[in-house]
Amino acid sequence: MQTISLQHLYKAFDGKQVLNDMSIEVAQGESLVIVGGSGTGKSVTLKHIIGLLRPDQGRVLIAGEDITAMSEVELNRFRRHFGMAFQEGALFDSMSVFENIAFPLRRHTKMTEAEIRTRVEECLDDVHLHGVEKKRPSELSGGMRRRVGFARAISLKPDILLFDEPTTGLDPVISDVIADLIVEMDQKLGTTTVTITHDMKVAFKIADRVAMLHRGTIVEEGTPEEFQASKNPIVRQFIEGRAEGPLTATED
Amino acid sequence: MITILDRIGRRFLSWFEQTGIWFDALGRTILWMFRPPYDFREWFRQMVRLGVDSIPVVFLTTMFTGMVLALQTFAGFQRVHAEQFVASVVSLAMLRELAPVLVGLMVTGRVGSSMAAEIGTMRVTEQLDALKALATEPIQYLFVPRVIAGVIMLPFLCILGDALGIYGGYLVAVKLLKTNPVVYKQNTFQFLQLSDVYSGLIKAAVFGLILTLTGCVRGYYTTGGAEGVGRATTNAVVSASLIILLSDFFLTKILF
Repeated sequence: MQTISLQHLYKAFDGKQVLNDMSIEVAQGESLVIVGGSGTGKSVTLKHIIGLLRPDQGRVLIAGEDITAMSEVELNRFRRHFGMAFQEGALFDSMSVFENIAFPLRRHTKMTEAEIRTRVEECLDDVHLHGVEKKRPSELSGGMRRRVGFARAISLKPDILLFDEPTTGLDPVISDVIADLIVEMDQKLGTTTVTITHDMKVAFKIADRVAMLHRGTIVEEGTPEEFQASKNPIVRQFIEGRAEGPLTATED
Repeated sequence: MITILDRIGRRFLSWFEQTGIWFDALGRTILWMFRPPYDFREWFRQMVRLGVDSIPVVFLTTMFTGMVLALQTFAGFQRVHAEQFVASVVSLAMLRELAPVLVGLMVTGRVGSSMAAEIGTMRVTEQLDALKALATEPIQYLFVPRVIAGVIMLPFLCILGDALGIYGGYLVAVKLLKTNPVVYKQNTFQFLQLSDVYSGLIKAAVFGLILTLTGCVRGYYTTGGAEGVGRATTNAVVSASLIILLSDFFLTKILF
């Protein structure tokens, strides 16, 4: 069965069409990576999966249920099955690292303080961070902030994990470490994972399947091997990172 | 000519839109107030932040307003030999008008602005999206505790302001202008009715709602980075102050 199914999504902001008949499916346990240039609708796609945005047209099915028709209350109940890691971490800067990870546990479970403490430690352990519980998000480096963001995303043991540009703005070494971490988390937790990125190295590393988004629609999808061998000129230009080609010709 | 009309039209449309957004937020805040989970710890934290931390500001503004009010009315009333009514004017003015409005405006500047800045920063750094992704409605988590704190704490600050303003007037009249303390005290309470007190408190509660909700709404709809946060903060203070002063007239009209 398909866990996530996006069907013919259309979304426009202020008259600018961002998603244009966009469809893709993700099977249970699969790791899908959506790649594409800036402004092609990657973040918008991800926000549709978790219901932060609603499409102008089309449906979003999660485990067979249409979330586009849900009220905010129903949606909130549904979102407990999701973990989302944001681009810069989006940690609550008024709270410590511990409070950030404990936040969903406090709100959505009846765990005791001791159980919460254990769970937070487990989550931090999963992302290989130690001794940062009392720190404020502003005291952490970019890579650490993302890890704390990951830890917060997995604290409720979600079935679906979403990663928004997990390596943007990090140096190549840390990017690779983060990519390894995503693979490790994905395997350990057995989640369905959707990642968006424009870093091809990261994409090939963590993906079971890669899809390319261009002008609001999926232009190519396949396993990393198939993707790398693709003859589609848009995909070729993106993988090779050339300035000339169909991507730049059609962008403006 | 067309462009001028066009701009006036746009202004009106945006004004109507803002009003709609404000009342929509009000409705949703009330709705989410009664849905579990109830985060009493956060409610309490906001009450301390809005109420207790505002005491020094309220202390200074209302006390000095009471003092200057006594000074001014004394200068005026002396010309018509009506010095004995200074006490009544000070207490009536403080209770019915000055304490609620001054407290409302000062807390707007102190707390309404920081709410807009805080929530606005959360918007531009995706923390609001993160809240939603963690199955937490931002209206419930952010708006509800702040609005409750405003509606509950402003009347208390207003009572404090009433007392300090009246005491300030007393100090000036008795210690500085050497009027008879017994007569002054008597005149302070002689013409007062209970409605003078509670009309001021109702006003304060409404102002508390206005300033917190405006701060939250302005922050929530922030767009465009650091500059947007700055704009939201300014807008929150300006529009909350304006709404407070306008609604003050209508509230006074209704309450009497």
